[in-house]
Amino acid sequence: MITYLEAIRLAQQKALATDPRVFLYGQDIGSFGGAFKATKNLSAEFPGRVLDAPLSEDAIVGMAIGAAIEGARPIVEMQFADFSTCGLNQIVNHAATLFYRTSVPCPIVVRLPSGGTSGGGPFHSQSLEAIYAHWPGLVVVTPATVEDAYTMLLEAVNIDDPVIFCEHKFLYYHLKADTLPEAALPIGKARIARAGRDATIVTHGAMLHESLAAAQELVEDGYEIEVVDLRSVKPLDTDTILASVARTGRLLCVSEEWPWGGVTAEVLARVATEGFGLLDAAPMRVNAKDTPVPYHPDLWAAHRPTASTIAAAARRLLQL
Amino acid sequence: MSKKIAPVTQSDFIKAYRVMLTSRVLEEKLAGLYRAGMIKGGVFLGRGQEALSVSVGIQLRRGDIFAPLIRDQGGRLAFGDSILDTLRTYLGSQLGSMRGRDGNIHRGRPRDGYYAMISHLGAMIPSVAGALLARRLKGEQGAVGATCIGDGGTSTGAFHEGLNAAAVDKLPLIVVVANNQYAYSTPNTRQYACADLLDKAAGYGVGAHKADGTRLMDCLQTLRNAIHAAREGGGPQLVVADLLRLVGHGEHDDFAYLDPKLKKSAVGSDCLLLAEKHIIEQGWHTADEVAAWRRETEDEVNATADRVRREPLPDPSEDDWAALSRPEYREQYAAS
Repeated sequence: MITYLEAIRLAQQKALATDPRVFLYGQDIGSFGGAFKATKNLSAEFPGRVLDAPLSEDAIVGMAIGAAIEGARPIVEMQFADFSTCGLNQIVNHAATLFYRTSVPCPIVVRLPSGGTSGGGPFHSQSLEAIYAHWPGLVVVTPATVEDAYTMLLEAVNIDDPVIFCEHKFLYYHLKADTLPEAALPIGKARIARAGRDATIVTHGAMLHESLAAAQELVEDGYEIEVVDLRSVKPLDTDTILASVARTGRLLCVSEEWPWGGVTAEVLARVATEGFGLLDAAPMRVNAKDTPVPYHPDLWAAHRPTASTIAAAARRLLQL
Repeated sequence: MSKKIAPVTQSDFIKAYRVMLTSRVLEEKLAGLYRAGMIKGGVFLGRGQEALSVSVGIQLRRGDIFAPLIRDQGGRLAFGDSILDTLRTYLGSQLGSMRGRDGNIHRGRPRDGYYAMISHLGAMIPSVAGALLARRLKGEQGAVGATCIGDGGTSTGAFHEGLNAAAVDKLPLIVVVANNQYAYSTPNTRQYACADLLDKAAGYGVGAHKADGTRLMDCLQTLRNAIHAAREGGGPQLVVADLLRLVGHGEHDDFAYLDPKLKKSAVGSDCLLLAEKHIIEQGWHTADEVAAWRRETEDEVNATADRVRREPLPDPSEDDWAALSRPEYREQYAAS
């Protein structure tokens, strides 16, 4: 069985094996194999192309940008998404502006081990896809399955634009697949993860699995919930969302991010402005609480959306 | 060091002086155009820094990388930028390299190794380092990269992270610090506490070179040494040149905070006048010949400005407003 984490390692292995422009740069990713072992054995297999970086997120991204200008395809690992804010300037002011300013694209992939795990606490749990999506010039993806983790990372390396690859740590070990696909939906297309007729849940990342569990729970109440896995939050597949809402008439957006200005806010804004007439009830959303991510497992479990809080929200939506 | 470093010749000096002169004349024109309200955006001049800046750009080779900063008009021209593209950018011509999308000191042509700076100081240091790392991974040897910064920029995290990361990988990077005494209005006493900015080199484990930024000969020789050391495998080289910015931060700034003692001190000399004096004193050229060079340059700059003023401006209805290169990723927002 291949885990989500192993899929990311195998995608990097394949990228290194098939594309001489690819190299990996990040903290502890060399012989140690990375804090999560996403680069295990790769430095031995590809000598000189899997490089340990100093503890300098700003320089790591800055180096990747220069390398990309010179034709390389760097994949950089932030040890945790949370630390990418130390490299924010290079990502949003340099990588994201380069193509618009100079017509020279910036093909870097920044891997962000994202999202909460039990005991992770305020600085090792953040979901930052919305802040990166806010700046023009970045592609932001959030694979929720083993298959997507593999194919979307390979696709990201081939994209000429900078890609923020938000891989979810909660999925690293327990999500498994038998095989890895060769082909997949392209980045920018959402996927109907579960078909339904009574309401639509739009979600991404680890929340896909909580949402699917909530949908399963609601079967006992006689409801068929459609679940849309966004896969990429920028570009956002508004067509697939609107088509689903057209079928169900009800929308619930679910994200592990903080609520203010996040992906759920963007999805709601688009449906309200472009598909208001499709709605039979006011749309709803479920996010993490608007506090730093707590450390204690009991607090953390109540901070993030779960199958039961999502199901409860869906029941309210269905009764509107 | 495998090869001997050639001394700076009379011909090198005069060639560099001519670029300094072009830079000075061009910037005088830019200041005039600014006062006439014809410039789009700000004007930040390199007056007093030409000797240092030209010494960097003119001693790089084709295939090297140069990431200039805001006061590097001289270095830009020396590296291959043109009077034409400079004026096109400042006057907002659609035909300029940035097409109206970014301005003036941010211009560049990354594909030619002439990087387009962002405003966030220090950011170009790791980027040039990364470019050099990519060259190394491709198996290319012999190229170096240079980038410029000021005394203020040495206080940024990006300066520290970038220089340190470049040192760890022993990349052929030259970081040139124009210690021009002020970061906007902040004097060096509020910028750093070490005795000399060059002291930082030892901390990073990089080569250290000090230049008198007012003396062209010293700048040329120092940069030649630093570039040679980087090219020959000596890893990053830090160059610090002491000089004085002879104008305000930008043309909007009256420079009222300038300490008059600095103006009278050794750093307060005008490098262009000193270089001109040297040429005449050495008997290489007469004062009349030097004056003729200036008139020649002024004619070229004026003619180019007249030409650029007739060029089309960017048309908002023709811009594709695309921040991503891949068309299918460009999102349509109904309201915008």
